[in-house]
Amino acid sequence: MKDKQDSLEQAVLNDYKYGFVTDIDTDVIPKGLNEDVIRLISHKKNEPEWMLEWRLKAYAYWLTLEEPTWANIKYPVIDYQDIIYYAAPKPKKQLNSLDEVDPELLSTFEKLGISLVEQKRLTGVAVDVVMDSVSIATSFKEQLSEIGVIFCSISEAIQQHPELVKKYMGSVVPMTDNYFAALNSAVFTDGSFCFIPKGVRCPMELSTYFRINTENAGQFERTLIVAEDESYVSYLEGCTAPMRDENQLHAAVVELLAMEKAEIKYSTVQNWYPGDKEGKGGIYNFVTKRGICKGDYSKISWTQVETGSAITWKYPSVILKGDHTIGEFYSVAFTNNHQQADTGTKMIHLGKNTRSRIVAKGISAGFSQNSYRGLVRASKHATNARNYSQCDSLLLGDKCGAHTFPYIEVKNKTAIVEHEATTSKIGEDQLFYCRQRGIDPEEAVALIVNGFAKEVMNQLPMEFAIEAQKLLAISMEGSVG
Amino acid sequence: MIDLTYFKEQFEQLQLEDADEHIAAIRKQSFDTFNKAGLPTFHTEEWKYTGISSLFNQTYAQIGHTITAADVAALRMPGHHKANELVFVNGRFDFSLSNILSSDTEMKVLSLKDAVNGEYRDLVGKHLNKSTEYIKDGIHALNGAFITEGVFIHILKGKIPHHPIYVYHILDSRQHHTLAQPRSLIYVDENSKLQLTETYVTLGSSDSFCNEVLEIVVEQNAIVEYYKIQNDTANASQVSTTHIRQVGRSYVHTVAITLNGGIVRNNMNLILDATGNEAHLYGLYLLRGKTHADNHTLIDNRKPECFSNQLYKGIADDSSTAVFNGRIMVQPDAQKTNSFQSNKNILLSDNATINTKPQLEIFADDVKCSHGCTVGQLDEEALFYLRARGIPKEKAEVLLLQAYSADVLAHIKPMAIRAYVEKLIYEHLSIV
Repeated sequence: MKDKQDSLEQAVLNDYKYGFVTDIDTDVIPKGLNEDVIRLISHKKNEPEWMLEWRLKAYAYWLTLEEPTWANIKYPVIDYQDIIYYAAPKPKKQLNSLDEVDPELLSTFEKLGISLVEQKRLTGVAVDVVMDSVSIATSFKEQLSEIGVIFCSISEAIQQHPELVKKYMGSVVPMTDNYFAALNSAVFTDGSFCFIPKGVRCPMELSTYFRINTENAGQFERTLIVAEDESYVSYLEGCTAPMRDENQLHAAVVELLAMEKAEIKYSTVQNWYPGDKEGKGGIYNFVTKRGICKGDYSKISWTQVETGSAITWKYPSVILKGDHTIGEFYSVAFTNNHQQADTGTKMIHLGKNTRSRIVAKGISAGFSQNSYRGLVRASKHATNARNYSQCDSLLLGDKCGAHTFPYIEVKNKTAIVEHEATTSKIGEDQLFYCRQRGIDPEEAVALIVNGFAKEVMNQLPMEFAIEAQKLLAISMEGSVG
Repeated sequence: MIDLTYFKEQFEQLQLEDADEHIAAIRKQSFDTFNKAGLPTFHTEEWKYTGISSLFNQTYAQIGHTITAADVAALRMPGHHKANELVFVNGRFDFSLSNILSSDTEMKVLSLKDAVNGEYRDLVGKHLNKSTEYIKDGIHALNGAFITEGVFIHILKGKIPHHPIYVYHILDSRQHHTLAQPRSLIYVDENSKLQLTETYVTLGSSDSFCNEVLEIVVEQNAIVEYYKIQNDTANASQVSTTHIRQVGRSYVHTVAITLNGGIVRNNMNLILDATGNEAHLYGLYLLRGKTHADNHTLIDNRKPECFSNQLYKGIADDSSTAVFNGRIMVQPDAQKTNSFQSNKNILLSDNATINTKPQLEIFADDVKCSHGCTVGQLDEEALFYLRARGIPKEKAEVLLLQAYSADVLAHIKPMAIRAYVEKLIYEHLSIV
């Protein structure tokens, strides 16, 4: 037992491996938020008038709102006037290829183990890299555009495809949705836009790397993915951030639209700076992610591996509007030290014969608090709706907490909804079994935790599965249970 | 906006009556809470799915009643001739209608007023109104503000009373809308046993609203069996709070049956405040018409090595609404806790709604906790099996629903009560 505690200590002491700052000139506007700042952001991004109006409307609405307090998280009051809302790495010149990208920037990504060059050459993954707020390089774009796929930064989309952006932006997550979505709508600086035309199966995994770099710069990305009839896309998102003392705010919005028979697979590995072992610093991550299965027979699948951030407030949801649509949510949330996570999903069954599946695994260590909060709603007309939810929590210390708050609302007599949740620590018998066979305690725990999370990890695309497993291993190192 | 001046007037009136200082302090404090918190709304998390503001749109009379012994005789549950019968009329304990068979050496039944003025002064002072530590809403405080003629029961040390206790809550709504706020405290001493069955009856066709708080304190090695039967009229609403504190290593077994009523809200709180406590909670709600039933359970595991198990099953038909909210808390000290919960629902109509929300809040690591809940329908194959054997559809459905209920009914230990509930359920389900 003593050994166990010591090793847990070690795990707790583990340093954040991705903590470094890239020294690049950045174009920064002063701290604070007001209409002028929004005008400035819009101007800097050279946006059309309607976009500015949209932002101002969202800002006006945001001013009427109060910050929500219902989540099971505690944090000091955020001073929204003490945040820089726009920071763009200064482009030295117009870039035509990867070779022209700032070498320092490239080496940053190499440290993270995702060299663009290598990825481009070896894996065939198109990477739209977001460094702070502006897309630096976009690869494989031409290849994609040949088959009609539009994959670019959201700012570029506003310039080049205003009709699409106008039509879909805010249609899934309206600016009035919640406090953080309204804030994002007002000040979003960048993000990705992806459009898959009818009948196209996107030949490669689309991925983007978000990285918060400038001190005090909150990042507000906005991602919009539209999959037209009978199309398919798999989108990857991964995050790491450098070590900082001051809390950084992150309020992203992700919108997915799946038309008839379309399928969107959205995977996330989130490893932002979680703060030091006293709970100082770390990213505040308030994200609104929602997808709508608009057409019949469409499918949206969320997979997430959350190991970072001081605070995670995130509920990727699916609105099952079309008939025969499918929503999925797979999640592993690992919290350590003083991290707090309040995460889960919403499955809103509206159409007939809709199905959803939720698998959420929470692992808490140190002094962390890990909550699952979810909603499954079968509306009156959701005939034959079917849901299965499973949330399991694993506790790796006696100072941490694991909580579940599932809401289930059923109004249709043909709906079948099932939910189960368990909370426990690693079984002594399982540990004993491993140790008896000569596996040291540390490895045994890693083995058991890996098994615990396997069901979710299996859902990740190859490229991410490896990274995710590495991340979990880093978090687990030394934490013998 | 709901006008609450009625309660203010009533409260001022109540202040004129003389009361023990302790009781007066609770009233005062509760009334302040009520004024501050107001009535719960849909924005109050604990009341998200249950709106009770409609109950406050009218005035209730709190005048005398005309209930006679003959009225009580008509409402009796089987086995009554061997039971201690306690009768509350419009929320006030009525000695003259009650019938206590057990002797003073087994159990003592006193009005709260007498208890607080006599030998039980300290005990009542120590244990009364502890429920406010867990329930902070206005509706609960309203009961505290009007603590009047409640009852205090003491099951004496080492005694297992030969006769169980039946409690009848009678609301006389033959002329007026009636509000009743019964309040009781039961002290189950060491090595003793309490068997209690509560039921609620509204007479007349006017509305009634019963806002009950029952506190039970369970000492070392004591056993509590508690049955609640709610089969009142469609215009009878109630908020019924049962707050059980297991302060010594003890055993608690409860079954709550909800069949008919208007808006029915049950708060079943179990505070496991000693090492090695055990609690079993069962519930069954079979709803038809417009009945709205909301079962809130709370298990707070405060000490190590406690065990609790919950099984709540329900059916919602017509335009009824069933709500289940089960909360399990495990405090940092409560290592080796085992706590399980299961909630199963059958939805029989598209106008009915089922909302369920199991919650786990765990702050200790060496625990085993789980919850599960389902919403579904009757098994098609089982129905087919029965119909293939010549049983008509309606009958087959009743049969299956009876079987579904049996899981819970099997936990009603006194045979007389179980047979009574089975009969009620059969009648309830057979109405076409």
